[in-house]
Amino acid sequence: MSTNAITTQKVNFNVFRFNSDVDYLPYYEKYEMEVTSEEVVLDILNRIKWDHDGSFSYRRSCRHGICGACAIQVNGRQTLACKESMSDMVELFGNELTIEPQSKKRAVKDMIIDKGDFWEKHDAIKPYLISDVEEHPEHEHLVTPAEAEELNEADLCIQCGACHYACPVVEINDDFFGPAAFAKAYRFEADVRDDAHDERLQELHAEKQGLWDCVKCMECAEVCPKDVDPISKITSLHNMLFKEGVATSNVATRHAVGFKHSIARNGVLDEGGLVLYSEMAGIVKHVPVALKMFSKGKIVPPWGITKSDNLDEIKKLVASSSTAKF
Amino acid sequence: MEKLKYALFTGCTAKQSTPEQMLSTMAVADKLGIELVELTEASCCGASHLQDYDDFLSLVLNARNIAYAEKHGLTMVTICNTCQLNTAMTKHRLDNNADLKARVNEKLGEVGLEYKGTSLVTHFLYAIIDDFGLDKIKEMVVTPLSQFNIAPFYGCHNIRPSELQNETHKTPENPYNPTSLDDLIIACGGQNVDYEEKNKCCGFHAELQAPHTAAVLTGNAIAGAMDGNADWMVTPCPLCHLKLDTQTAHASTAIGRDVALPVLHMQQMIGLALGCTSEELGLKHHLTKVDFV
Ligand code: SF4
Ligand code: SF4
Ligand code: FES
Repeated sequence: MSTNAITTQKVNFNVFRFNSDVDYLPYYEKYEMEVTSEEVVLDILNRIKWDHDGSFSYRRSCRHGICGACAIQVNGRQTLACKESMSDMVELFGNELTIEPQSKKRAVKDMIIDKGDFWEKHDAIKPYLISDVEEHPEHEHLVTPAEAEELNEADLCIQCGACHYACPVVEINDDFFGPAAFAKAYRFEADVRDDAHDERLQELHAEKQGLWDCVKCMECAEVCPKDVDPISKITSLHNMLFKEGVATSNVATRHAVGFKHSIARNGVLDEGGLVLYSEMAGIVKHVPVALKMFSKGKIVPPWGITKSDNLDEIKKLVASSSTAKF
Repeated sequence: MEKLKYALFTGCTAKQSTPEQMLSTMAVADKLGIELVELTEASCCGASHLQDYDDFLSLVLNARNIAYAEKHGLTMVTICNTCQLNTAMTKHRLDNNADLKARVNEKLGEVGLEYKGTSLVTHFLYAIIDDFGLDKIKEMVVTPLSQFNIAPFYGCHNIRPSELQNETHKTPENPYNPTSLDDLIIACGGQNVDYEEKNKCCGFHAELQAPHTAAVLTGNAIAGAMDGNADWMVTPCPLCHLKLDTQTAHASTAIGRDVALPVLHMQQMIGLALGCTSEELGLKHHLTKVDFV
């Protein structure tokens, strides 16, 4: 048991309020509270409801960080309310805290949002094991510890949506499946018992849902309360596409492979050559900016690229270490 | 203070599309009395795209780069956020997985190299803050940037994932409320602009694959800085610089508003405060004209 004394401090809360049935626009309500070092953010939501305004609405269920219901934002940071300690929040942001739903544009009532987009995308990746199991199997389908390890924590996702609503691409592009859906797809792609591996992988590679549209901002890795690290699962899906020969030629796949070619040739990148290789005929749209860059001395012609010293080593390593196909 | 000395991993961009990044790094290191030994053997870090194609190959190549810093017995210093992320991530994974390290070393052995894990990897921004010290910078300022409102643009890969980056920075950075660049602006005598997009993504890595998404992110970032009354922006990442400096036309169309601000590399900002000339800092290489010096 902790021997640390419980401390209290005054915190000012600025709380998002909106009832889609009656309000035209959201507004913010201020609550001042003495907060103890033992409380979590969910305790504050409870106290707002119990002590200040019974109409205040939010979701919660397990209070143990396993149901994913209580995710909200504190000062713009996606937060699992029942897991996040108030003292950490105050240490991070100080005594002025803004409490908001995960996505303001999807707010239904106070902290409650319409998570329909999240679930639709989750459903679209076939988030279940597809296996042709005999009706009366003679023995279990054994998975070795090493095979289970391949899931790389992807099975820990509680579908809280923190990564999804933190993702800037989800915010801009309605078609983008988002980090949670891709992490879930990986969870089944990496499962040796699943028989829909190729089918799912090919569907993921289809253009619209944007497996390649991630901007690599690392927001999903930062916010996930379960350390699922969705961006690393997106990377693993990309690797699978190449390893298993599923990848087809498009600007994104050529962009990834172009790095290997450029490194094998020069050690360093030939940046202009990489854009040309990735875009092919599409290069024309880059010409106006390229000309301006050229006039400012920002583009080095292919013959002006400094190659890495000891290039032979690099060539040898590229040849011997790469197993991916394209 | 003993003279600071690092192994410099330039990355590819500083040698190609941001020559001013290389010039200003050298000029500032010279002023501060920091010795940089360039790792001319280094290859590209893969920029998170080679990683999409072949994760193992990228580990081998990044481990090779670090092995050269180890040969010098020096901390590796990067000048690009994405190089920082890929190198630090490689180091983290190899230092925490003996089997992976052995597999990588088996490959490196083919060319007579070994990754030991003895060199640290840090970004020049954090080398300046952690090792050189902002107080000393403050003392050395000859041209305080006091007439400027400067918007810091942090760039994702220096601040996220924080667990990884804080292994290398002695002063932990909070990705939701980063302070290093703000502190640097203040040390140079400027006014730091606080705006929502300062720790958001510029969109660089999806510019070819998802041009509209990337352009909206770029536009929002510049617009946020403009609304914060910034005279110019400053970034420690050459890739953010490229996106914010060269893609203003696309960004303006994407968000339906004319946006453009000069975007300086953090080395150029320090250089200005320390009295370097515009030529030494390569200010003529910017597309969005730097017209205040
Ligand atoms: S890294 Fe990619 S998937 Fe994750 S939040 Fe950023 S854009 Fe979204
Ligand atoms: S990956 Fe993490 S953040 Fe995303 S929904 Fe699952 S548990 Fe939540
Ligand atoms: S209430 Fe279940 S995760 Fe918070």
